[in-house]
Amino acid sequence: MIEINELHKSYQTGANSLHVLKGINFSVKEGEMVSIMGSSGSGKSTFLNILGMLDEADEGTYFLDGKPIRNLNEKVAAKYRNQFLGFIFQSFNLINYKTALDNVALPLYYQGVKRAERTEKAMHYLEKVGLSQWATHLPNQLSGGQKQRVAIARALASDPKVLLADEPTGALDTKTSYEVMELIQKINDEGKTILLVTHEDDIAHMTKRIVNLKDGLIIDDSIVTQVRADEAQRKAAAHV
Amino acid sequence: MFKKDRWIEIIEVFNANPFRTFLTAFGVFWGIFILVVLLALTTGLRNGVSKDFGDFATNSMFMWGQGTSKPYKGLPKGRRVQFKLEDAAVLKDKLPQLKFVSPKGQLGGYNGANNVTRNEKTGAFTVSGDYPEYIEQQPMDITAGRFINYSDINEKRKGVVIGDGVVSSLFDVGEDPIGDYIKINGVNFMVIGTFLSPSSSGGNAEEEANTIYVPFTTFNQVFNRGDNVGWFAITAHDGTSITELKPRILEIMREQRTIDPTDERAIGNFDRSEAFGRVTGLFDILKFVGFFVGGLILASGMVGIINILLISVKERTNEIGVRRALGASPWNIRGQIIQESLTLTIISGMTGIAAGAGVIWLMNYALSQSGPVDNFANPSVNIFVVVIALIILIISGISAGLIPAVRATQMKPVDALKTE
Ligand SMILES: Nc1ncnc2c1ncn2[C@@H]1O[C@H](COP(=O)(O)OP(=O)(O)O)[C@@H](O)[C@H]1O
Ligand SMILES: [Mg+2]
Repeated sequence: MIEINELHKSYQTGANSLHVLKGINFSVKEGEMVSIMGSSGSGKSTFLNILGMLDEADEGTYFLDGKPIRNLNEKVAAKYRNQFLGFIFQSFNLINYKTALDNVALPLYYQGVKRAERTEKAMHYLEKVGLSQWATHLPNQLSGGQKQRVAIARALASDPKVLLADEPTGALDTKTSYEVMELIQKINDEGKTILLVTHEDDIAHMTKRIVNLKDGLIIDDSIVTQVRADEAQRKAAAHV
Repeated sequence: MFKKDRWIEIIEVFNANPFRTFLTAFGVFWGIFILVVLLALTTGLRNGVSKDFGDFATNSMFMWGQGTSKPYKGLPKGRRVQFKLEDAAVLKDKLPQLKFVSPKGQLGGYNGANNVTRNEKTGAFTVSGDYPEYIEQQPMDITAGRFINYSDINEKRKGVVIGDGVVSSLFDVGEDPIGDYIKINGVNFMVIGTFLSPSSSGGNAEEEANTIYVPFTTFNQVFNRGDNVGWFAITAHDGTSITELKPRILEIMREQRTIDPTDERAIGNFDRSEAFGRVTGLFDILKFVGFFVGGLILASGMVGIINILLISVKERTNEIGVRRALGASPWNIRGQIIQESLTLTIISGMTGIAAGAGVIWLMNYALSQSGPVDNFANPSVNIFVVVIALIILIISGISAGLIPAVRATQMKPVDALKTE
């Protein structure tokens, strides 16, 4: 699904150059659930943004579902983002003047899906994240966890190949975090490929593979036994 | 993509910040509204003043004799200058560029002593001796009968053409004046025509309405004027300016009347064309000022809309980043922003034009209720000007959208997303 070879990325700030990614080799197969870990500033977000075609690498090759991602014009990039990728952000990034339903329907709008069908599909995904009763609410009428669920529904709406989540639980408390992770696990159970950036160990262990970034390189990449979020939550509740 | 969906998106954006939407729209509305009203006001002033100027042929002058200010060829200073009928022929002969040289004689005057009677009724009217051409210089609306013709002139017929003011003073309602007789200074004249002084005669309308036209030859005979001429009304052919001919005309007349060629005072004249030109020139300046001021206000409205759109797009940078992450192409984003600004400019511009038209309508309505007002009539705006203003609106609407739209799509999506 994802093939990365010798990926480099530097940021130019004035006269200084910050070499953030120094030759990343990485691949993900369909259906995997991978977490990318590392200390703050280690380049996790930079890496994920390049995977998500929101940013461009300086060097290296990147294949997404067999297609080379290199020097695409914005129009093609927009199409690929729409078809192949679903984004989940730490700060949710919902459009605040659109209802939950309209937010979820937005990728379908850009796909050219007709309104009636869009509404129907968006409703289906809202149901899937358990928020069908909140369809007509605006984001500011929703809790953090609910907002992230809407964002997840939106990311799923265009039925992308890969879900990319940058610290999806970063703005949520533990309980809500686990609920969101439970949902993400469920989506992965259905076969969706998921890449998730986190700096929290417990969240990382809820995925099936952990990749560790340090000084611009992958220093560790290992398969782990997945901790189910619902069990973790039960355990945490028992502790209290 | 789907047009209707795009419109729904745009309406959502407008509703997301109604105050800003209103402010943006108001700048344009106000600009075009002021432009339309200013232009209508200047047109109204111009129309009003032109109306007061009457509708006498523009390319004309009047000329009359005064006292000489210099002795000449043994004749003393202070001698009264008297024009003669032969002068008309000489002028026309020497200056073929002249279309009409109408000798005129005048008796009494409106507001003067009573000089006309019919049965028990009397009135004070302007009695004017004229040639048939005069109606070409001073248009009048013949309501019954006819104007003076050459048979009247040649046979010195005692026929008169009278204005509506004369009719209403001397005749009862429903009476037909044609064929009836009136007495001027005791002499009987038959009414051969009536006229309505054109309402556009403005300030002179009332005097016009109270005028009696008599064939010039009859006038001179009956009132013992010999071959004297009171004054001349001279009109040049189209394409020659009466103002340019004026020195030649005066030169010929000085020669005719044995006046020192350098005596500027002996012959009085009023150059209608020049006076008209001065007034219209003033109004050209006024119109230019109207355009300039209105245009500036419109331009500042446009700068306002660009500014507000720039701010709003900056505020929406994060949202634009999100939309791009979800698969919006740059043209999709640009198209939407341009359509937003176009919609806003066109709607507010049209509203401005409509409001301006409403004010013009109100002014006209007030005028029609109050009756004619000095120096102001029929305020209006050239439709061509409105169309140009609309085109300017549309072009600036597109650029107002394009500038922020291009800015919003030039950065990488990731940078847009990082902007809060
Ligand atoms: N647009 C940018 N310009 C300059 N430096 C940047 C930019 N984005 C990120 N960086 C720097 O690159 C490094 C990696 O950032 P990031 O990928 O966000 O790290 P992480 O997500 O692991 O915390 C950080 O030191 C950060 O300051
Ligand atoms: Mg980060």
